Amino acid sequence: MTTATAQPTTKLWSGGKSPFNVSYGKLMMWYFLMSDAFTFGAFLISYGTIRFSQNVWADPNHVFNAFPFMGHANLPLAFVSLMTFILIFSSVTMVLAVHEGHKMNRKGVEKWLVWTILGGLAFLGCQAWEWTHLITGEHEVLVNGAIQSWGTTVTHNPWGPEVLFNGKEVATPGPIAFGGYFFGITGFHGFHVFSGVVINIIMLIQTRMKVFENRGHYEMIEKAGLYWHFVDLVWVFVFLCFYLV
Amino acid sequence: MSNEAILHEHQTGAHDAGHAHEHHHHETFITKYVFSQDHKMIAKQFLITGIIWAIIGGLFSVLFRLQLGYPESTFPWLEDFLGNWAKGGKLDPDFYYALVTMHGTILVFFVLTAGLSGTFSNFLIPLQVGARDMASPFLNMLSYWFFFAASIVMMASLFVQTGPASGGWTIYPPLSALGEASSGSKIGMDLWLISMSLFIINALLGGLNYITTVLNMRTKGMSMTRMPLTMWAFFFTAVLGVLSFPVLLSGCILLLFDRNLGTSFYLSDIVINGKILPNEGGSAILFQHLFWFLGHPEVYIIILPAMGIASEVMSVNSRKPIFGYMAMVGSLFAIAALSFLVWAHHMFVTGLNPFLGSFFVLLTLLIAVPSAIKVFNWLTTLWRGNIRFTPGMLFAIGFVSMFISGGLTGIFLGNSALDIHLHDTYFIVAHFHIVMGVAGMFGMFAGLYHWYPKMYGRYMNNTLAYIHFWVTLIGSYLIFWPMHYEGLAGMPRRYYEFSGWESFNMFGGLNQFISFVSIIVFAAQLLFVFNFFYSIFKGRKVTELNPWGAASLEWSTPIRPGHGNWPGEIPEVHRWAYDYGKDGRDFIPQTEPVGEDESKH
Repeated sequence: MTTATAQPTTKLWSGGKSPFNVSYGKLMMWYFLMSDAFTFGAFLISYGTIRFSQNVWADPNHVFNAFPFMGHANLPLAFVSLMTFILIFSSVTMVLAVHEGHKMNRKGVEKWLVWTILGGLAFLGCQAWEWTHLITGEHEVLVNGAIQSWGTTVTHNPWGPEVLFNGKEVATPGPIAFGGYFFGITGFHGFHVFSGVVINIIMLIQTRMKVFENRGHYEMIEKAGLYWHFVDLVWVFVFLCFYLV
Repeated sequence: MSNEAILHEHQTGAHDAGHAHEHHHHETFITKYVFSQDHKMIAKQFLITGIIWAIIGGLFSVLFRLQLGYPESTFPWLEDFLGNWAKGGKLDPDFYYALVTMHGTILVFFVLTAGLSGTFSNFLIPLQVGARDMASPFLNMLSYWFFFAASIVMMASLFVQTGPASGGWTIYPPLSALGEASSGSKIGMDLWLISMSLFIINALLGGLNYITTVLNMRTKGMSMTRMPLTMWAFFFTAVLGVLSFPVLLSGCILLLFDRNLGTSFYLSDIVINGKILPNEGGSAILFQHLFWFLGHPEVYIIILPAMGIASEVMSVNSRKPIFGYMAMVGSLFAIAALSFLVWAHHMFVTGLNPFLGSFFVLLTLLIAVPSAIKVFNWLTTLWRGNIRFTPGMLFAIGFVSMFISGGLTGIFLGNSALDIHLHDTYFIVAHFHIVMGVAGMFGMFAGLYHWYPKMYGRYMNNTLAYIHFWVTLIGSYLIFWPMHYEGLAGMPRRYYEFSGWESFNMFGGLNQFISFVSIIVFAAQLLFVFNFFYSIFKGRKVTELNPWGAASLEWSTPIRPGHGNWPGEIPEVHRWAYDYGKDGRDFIPQTEPVGEDESKH
């Protein structure tokens, strides 16, 4: 250990050791995350391109204003804020799990991994509720001079501009790209959360089986943590692009 | 728990692996040849799968060249093979498009990506940087099996009733998005997209391994600038793959949704068979952007490994250090970086803003600079060299010839104004086949002939190899050179028949000539295939450790290295890989310490 730290920095790249002083596994994870960032980047840029080619777009304050058990109360972005809070909080618990891993405290790792898994599952549950609410919640739309009831799906968007019809305000069909991108991208992110939860469950099982304790370090937890933080970070951008802008 | 301990543990772990395999590890047929985690075996798996695909993809080109060269003739034996696709011995037009599409897909992805960088990155990276194996042998194995799965799905698509994808290898929507649009846009298109998604996972897993192995696993003394140029080339190739393939994945996923879930990502205002589709607001151009953001780096994913291989083979067989090593590395980097900034030159005439186009013209033409640097460095490496014309060397020189010929026409095509005339003609077919297709294949052949002794412990037959080389070199020019004239005259690509077209009637004889030569060249490739498989079992045995007198590390392993590559310690490296003809010595291997009175390079 002392020889490693005594190496002058100029020799970092001369072979026989890792120039970044990280294991190959972590390096791989970083490059994977870079790759995955390009996948999400492509999705979000596509979304931006299409969205700004449209004259109108759905108003997020209008679309996302429901909350479970609150009936028809108008609570713009309240539920998605809760979801975001849950996901970010699960990042905090992940940090704590990694921290306990550094201290070689198996019980601590287990405890915080459980909380992280619960946070991930809670987020997925929230997303399931939100999707169901959007797809099944029907809204009146003026189509070809008649009122129809539409849910928000990949082929229908009831959130277009409102017009006056028979003395009351009625929405017209909005750009159908909205549903496609919303369900496509949040779904792809949800799939990442799901795989993150699966990874964390595997980590939990291995921790309980003392795999890492016997190995002498908890680096796997760190790698799972990198993935988990990345998924959270992506959510911040998804949140920004679909709910705030 | 410190970071050093993790690193330390890993290094000793990898170190022990070499010994463990020598003594205790009993390999079964399954673990040695099928689910192998040895990078050398995985490389051979990639190679042989790639060869099988190359035969299929090449055969497809022969079939559609028959139609192009002999549009009036019928070939009854075709019906025996293809059934309804060639009723009365004449290719069905739908199947003609399917053949062209599959030829492109197979050759670009399955042969020149997986077959080329999959084979040589896997085989050479651990051997040339001095590692026991890849950073993660398990992911490496998975990488191959994802490629295998992709192959199975793509192969299956050839046998579905409505035929494989037929919208061109670029699968532009709306044609590819709507099953009603053509028979090839039905289930065959879904299988294409699934196969490519699996392929992208293969490229990702492979690429992550190549990058981390090059960065983390170099042996003691192997600094980045002591690596052979093959290593730099594979490294940049892997970076390109890891960053560009995911964008194609996004594009493919959106296309799958458009096809199967009724979304409108790429579709808008479409009337098909008199029916107005409900899709609205999507953009077909968006797909082209996503596709070419991969598609352009993809051509460098093909050509960079070939460049690396050619550099190494040429230096070894000229008995001279590679000329301008740092310039070679720098130009590889410049090409890799620029390749991300030029994708829209594939879209000059698809409605791209001409003002925006001018930036892409500039960036595209800039690539000529590093490309020219590389060409001059290859030529100056040959200059006054003590050249040994081994088959590998001939193919490396042929690569440079092809790269120059094809690169020069790239300068024509990079101009958005000239492109108005030249796009979608045989000029572009000639350009990319020479600069990417044939050059890529030449790089692959150079590598195969050169490293075959290391792969199989035997030599390939030289006479067959020389016949293979000359027929392929002359044949390729005879096939593609005339296409430039056809393209300049405006003859469009992707057409089934030109005989009814007054303007291009005069090319009937030329088309026949091209088809005739392509059959001969295809036959020459079968000669190579025979040579390859025959030599595995019956080739002349390698009896010396370093048959080419090469300085790089892979020749310090036993003639048939086991899993772990070096029986004892991994050798330490003391110099770069290009000490040829130095201080009166033919070559000095990288493992030899620098002497006291040795001259500097």
